[in-house]
Amino acid sequence: MHHFTPVSALIGGLLIGTAASLMLLLKGRIAGISGIIGGLLHPSAGDASWRALFLIGMMTAPLGYLLWTGRLPEITSDVSNRTLIMSGLLVGFGTRLGSGCTSGHGVCGLARRSPRSLVATLTFILSGALAVFVSRHLIGVTP
Amino acid sequence: MSAKQSLSSLILGALFGSGLLISGMIHPQKVQNFLDVAGSWDPSLSLVMGGALLMTAIAFPLILKRREPLFAHKFHVPSAKNLDAKLVVGSALFGIGWGLGGFCPGPAIVGLVSGSSASLLFVVSMLLGMALHRTYHDLRSPPT
Repeated sequence: MHHFTPVSALIGGLLIGTAASLMLLLKGRIAGISGIIGGLLHPSAGDASWRALFLIGMMTAPLGYLLWTGRLPEITSDVSNRTLIMSGLLVGFGTRLGSGCTSGHGVCGLARRSPRSLVATLTFILSGALAVFVSRHLIGVTP
Repeated sequence: MSAKQSLSSLILGALFGSGLLISGMIHPQKVQNFLDVAGSWDPSLSLVMGGALLMTAIAFPLILKRREPLFAHKFHVPSAKNLDAKLVVGSALFGIGWGLGGFCPGPAIVGLVSGSSASLLFVVSMLLGMALHRTYHDLRSPPT
């Protein structure tokens, strides 16, 4: 097993769930990040500012980390730029075609007992595991 | 938009982003290790999703019993019920991209502020992918 971090994972998850619940209670909106971004790419009147502000709010989290620890969180990736571009295109196109990502389907949709979100979540976890298996163990892109 | 609306959007975003940061999901290798059941499996992400669902699965049904949200006049909840090819193909493509890069949309947005060039390259490509979908969508069903 690799760097299992149950406490921070659970606390982070509870915060995500709290934010998604408050989003529904206060604004009546689903906290699905791909949907929030997608709606901003072709906004309708009066619908853009809450999306932009929510995303800006998300980006303040590393600044909180900076104040707390004195440094920004360090994000490292061991995949090539070509693979990153391909994965970005797939995530962008796929989440819009499938109407959601980990947050919209995985956290909010499952909570609404939506059969569509259950199918979507099982599909992206399975295809994600398959992609990692093929890239790491069959082709051997990363160690 | 009122100050109450603007401020709540910002604060909810900050709370959501903090959750992603603390959970470790902003680290693409950690995400890939979660998906790597045949290798260096790290089950942490099941607890991220479990923790989030613990809150939402209890709160959502209670909230949706209300007539309207506190700061708005109606709930914007998806109404589609059909299990179509778009849902499955789209989710499968998303999963492949998620596995290859280790990024999904939320953590990638948070990661932008870490100064990580990988996050930036991913987000730009993701936005391009979303724009490509829009073009594809409009070609198939032209806007009237």
